[in-house]
Amino acid sequence: MATLADRVLGRTPLRRHLTLALLGLVVVVVVLESTGQFRNAQFAAMAYYGIAAGGLTILIGLNGQISLGHGAFMAIGAYTAALLLRGDEPFALPLVLLAAAGVALAAGALVGVAAARLHGPYLAGATLALAVAVPGIPVYFGEALGGEQGLTVRVPRIPDWFADAVFFVTGQDMSSSRYLAYVGWLCLIVTFVLLANLARSRVGRTWRAVRDHEVAAELAGIDLGRARVLAFVVSATCAGLAGGLLALSARIAAPSGFTLTLSLLLLSAIVLGGLGSLTGALIGAALLTFLPQLVTGWGQDLGLSDVRAAELAPLIYGLVTVLVVLFAPAGIAGGVLAARRRRAAHHGSPSARTDSEARP
Amino acid sequence: MRRWTKRWTRVTALVCAGALLAACGAGEERERDPAVEGSTVGITDDTITIGGHFPLTGVAAPGYSEIPSGHQAYYDYVNANGGINGRKIEFVVRDDAYNPTTTSQVTNELVLNEEIFAMVGGLGTPTHGAVVDFLNGEKVPDLFVSSGSLQWGDQPDKSPFTFGWQPDYEIEGKIIGQWVAENLPDAKVALFLQDDDFGRDGEKGVRQFIDGQIVEVQKYQSGNTDVAPQMAALQASGADLVLGFTTPSYTALSQLVSLRLGYQPKWFYSNVGADPALVGSLLARFSEGAVTDGTQLLDGVVTTEYIPGTDVPDDPWMTLWQKVWDEHGGEGELTNYRVFGMSQAYTFVQAMLAAGENPTREGVVAAIEKSGADFQGPALAPFRFSGESHLGISGMQVVEIKGGVGQELTPVLVTDIGDAPIEEDDSAAGDAPPPNGIPEG
Amino acid sequence: MQQLITTVLTGLTLGMVYAAFALALVLIWRATRIVNFAQAPMAMITTYLALVLIDAGLSYWVGFAVALVSGLLLGALVERLVVRHLTGSSEINAVILTLGLFIVIHALAALVFGSRYRSFPAPFGLRGFQVGDTTIALTGFGVFTIVSVMVVMGLLVLLFRGTDLGLKMRAAAFDQEISRLLGVRVGRMLTLGWALAALVGSLSGLLIAGGGLVHPSYMDGVVVYGFVAAVLGGLESPPGAVAGGLILGLALSLVSGYVGSELVPLACLVILMAVLLVRPGGLFSHVRARRV
Repeated sequence: MATLADRVLGRTPLRRHLTLALLGLVVVVVVLESTGQFRNAQFAAMAYYGIAAGGLTILIGLNGQISLGHGAFMAIGAYTAALLLRGDEPFALPLVLLAAAGVALAAGALVGVAAARLHGPYLAGATLALAVAVPGIPVYFGEALGGEQGLTVRVPRIPDWFADAVFFVTGQDMSSSRYLAYVGWLCLIVTFVLLANLARSRVGRTWRAVRDHEVAAELAGIDLGRARVLAFVVSATCAGLAGGLLALSARIAAPSGFTLTLSLLLLSAIVLGGLGSLTGALIGAALLTFLPQLVTGWGQDLGLSDVRAAELAPLIYGLVTVLVVLFAPAGIAGGVLAARRRRAAHHGSPSARTDSEARP
Repeated sequence: MRRWTKRWTRVTALVCAGALLAACGAGEERERDPAVEGSTVGITDDTITIGGHFPLTGVAAPGYSEIPSGHQAYYDYVNANGGINGRKIEFVVRDDAYNPTTTSQVTNELVLNEEIFAMVGGLGTPTHGAVVDFLNGEKVPDLFVSSGSLQWGDQPDKSPFTFGWQPDYEIEGKIIGQWVAENLPDAKVALFLQDDDFGRDGEKGVRQFIDGQIVEVQKYQSGNTDVAPQMAALQASGADLVLGFTTPSYTALSQLVSLRLGYQPKWFYSNVGADPALVGSLLARFSEGAVTDGTQLLDGVVTTEYIPGTDVPDDPWMTLWQKVWDEHGGEGELTNYRVFGMSQAYTFVQAMLAAGENPTREGVVAAIEKSGADFQGPALAPFRFSGESHLGISGMQVVEIKGGVGQELTPVLVTDIGDAPIEEDDSAAGDAPPPNGIPEG
Repeated sequence: MQQLITTVLTGLTLGMVYAAFALALVLIWRATRIVNFAQAPMAMITTYLALVLIDAGLSYWVGFAVALVSGLLLGALVERLVVRHLTGSSEINAVILTLGLFIVIHALAALVFGSRYRSFPAPFGLRGFQVGDTTIALTGFGVFTIVSVMVVMGLLVLLFRGTDLGLKMRAAAFDQEISRLLGVRVGRMLTLGWALAALVGSLSGLLIAGGGLVHPSYMDGVVVYGFVAAVLGGLESPPGAVAGGLILGLALSLVSGYVGSELVPLACLVILMAVLLVRPGGLFSHVRARRV
């Protein structure tokens, strides 16, 4: 099976990731074209949650730094995008998204330098304070940043070449929610390929070394501070890009969109999915996107009042969180992998052995 | 942990595909061609499906989560009495937790998945602000937003499908400002504002009349319950009249803190925050030992009114709402939030009837523009609806709370945003509900 | 002048509530190396319990006592039924577990008690004391708040420094294996740590509720400021928690009154970062800073 995968996907990590990215792209096109506008919009949401979760899972899973405040970087990305899309001649979308990621990168570097000195609960406390503090800034600068009301975002016009290209392939016209879903998933695929390669590279090995053996890493000549700051910057950049996409999908950047709840939900999502794994980040993003609507629907089918049905969604989400942490501490992705490994070990497959050897 | 890089590719693809397919399976995809029947989306021969977004969970839920239950009770009442031209109203409520991102998501669901005919009563300025462009782009009537922000109605050419309902905060500020200028011209005035468009628009209106009298402005953040530093600043300014643009819980908090500080100015709360029944019940608790009587704390407080509320249970409209709530309400008492919801629902039914036997989305918008200014209902002042304005109720009266009941201080005062003069207009105040409680078509 | 006094007194009283919450976090951190985010809704639910009893006509003090005892039981139950089963040493999983509990308890309370504001009584007057013809912004309940938190802190210091039980609890938290060898029943000590923490947490819930309004989310703000207070103090030391709470309460009150209430969270971040950049382990910590 492993050799088959090698043949299909290519042997070097880069080729594997690129092949998979292409496959993912095909899946995205098929799925987006075969679903309606509402599902398209949900997939757009899943994409921005996925990008933010992917960055966060790299930071926490690979580098061992905790952040309770990534919603703050999403807010920075969202406000950057909203500001650049204002006015009569807004900037081109790729530029807007790059800027959203770039400003978050700068903010991440600033916070990362401070965070590199802290560990465990002290870092948690500092990032928690960050998550609460950032939404207050646009309220203070109400004239420029819209205050509590926020900045509304106009979705940029769909470029003709893009609509034509998609029409050429699929024969369908482009709606704005489908366009945003495409943009989101393109960003997600690019981000994930970059993150996966980064994790496989020397940088990723450095991060893991810093996480697992601080002293050994230092003896090996690794600059601990630099490694930590870099990991923080990378994940903040992802959050900024995700924030830019969120502003497009939500059509607004407002303080009440970036409460502490957002940061904490992101965190729980990556643990639910499986910490340190991009697959896990995607699973977590899917849960964040689809679970509330599903559970509220069940509640209403059960004949609960609207208010009670609405409370059911957080209740179930909380219960799932508690149960997963207690009974599948490696998250959903980890749990599935473990089950497969057990089965593989049972058959004595060689790939099972390499897997267990690879465990830290 | 290293294996994640090896495997993620394969697994990701599988999981993506799985999640996507599972998600697709759960959805209902009913593509329609908007050119053919788009304008009657949500309407069948025997139903009208409408939707609304409200904070049912989270910090904004206390109070506001009761509004949709008022809507629901009135729709159930109308449905039990034959519906609108034989069509039953189905009201789909979604929780947005007062988070604009969630509002966008649930509005997508309501419009694209539930295929509502119209959005009715969507609550909140930042939340609803996120979906106004979308609703207008999809040509979904966006009726009677539950917020007094100006943006729902002052630019009908930009948002032709959106209509306000309650008096906007600016005209309320103007009416309050003029009353102060005429009746308390020597007062040193301080403003206690919620730090959003509610406080900002209110301040703008007030300043038109008493800019020179204002000695201090303090703002509080919704969610931060410690307002003592703000109250201390008001006290230090020496103000003897405080105008509060607050929500009811912050009205109660400001009263409690002023008690602690021994600060006793005259209070004028905007309509939003001066629910005497609610604030009185919140304060009544503290009467034991500390205060002689809960409602007494509010005695002498001045506020405004634009619809009859629970403090006047004998008002014919209140009798109707009480009957509706007794027959069709859920748990709990009839509160002013529910009265607000029912009053909005009444206007919606009126608009649908005005749109005729075979309503369309464009038809209901045209009907409100044409005859909305003549709608008779619980509101004390007429609506401003026309082709040029989609702003809601045009005025209110100033009342003073005595023993938990509002006593009129002025006739109904009517005005508009900007420099429009304030005039007396009692024409709508005498409207009585129709005998069967359902507006006449 | 009066404004300054009022702002300072308000800040100190509020700081005491943060301190009580921070004390609860410190207790659990010392016992099990977990930051318990669920502390806030646990305190919220015991406060609601007190409210139900008081609404049923019982005296304030009955409700008060029942809330504290039920906090004790709730803490022990959560440790025994949930936290005990946390496998592995992943620090992040422990955080997520308490976040999950936070969401569950919160949603349950909203389902059971409803999402609306309710007023919570106070056993003492709510008018400030009169000095001459000015009113000092300190109420009987404010004094009660300050005194009770100081007493609790004193008792905790006594417990850990001066009693056999406290020594065992510290030993169990320090090294479970060695403690077992020495005959300390580690499991019991951990449960006791959680129970005591939840009791102190309940106290903070009652103190912030007294003479004010409660709703299912009323403790949410306290989580942030209480946690920051605990981190400021160094997470290990009860006096540190109280000092952290007071510093934060005072500073935030001054910012709110003289600069602008929208900057309160930002001020909280600035204070925390300023302290942590100088002392990465908090004010009262002996822990070596992480080297960079």
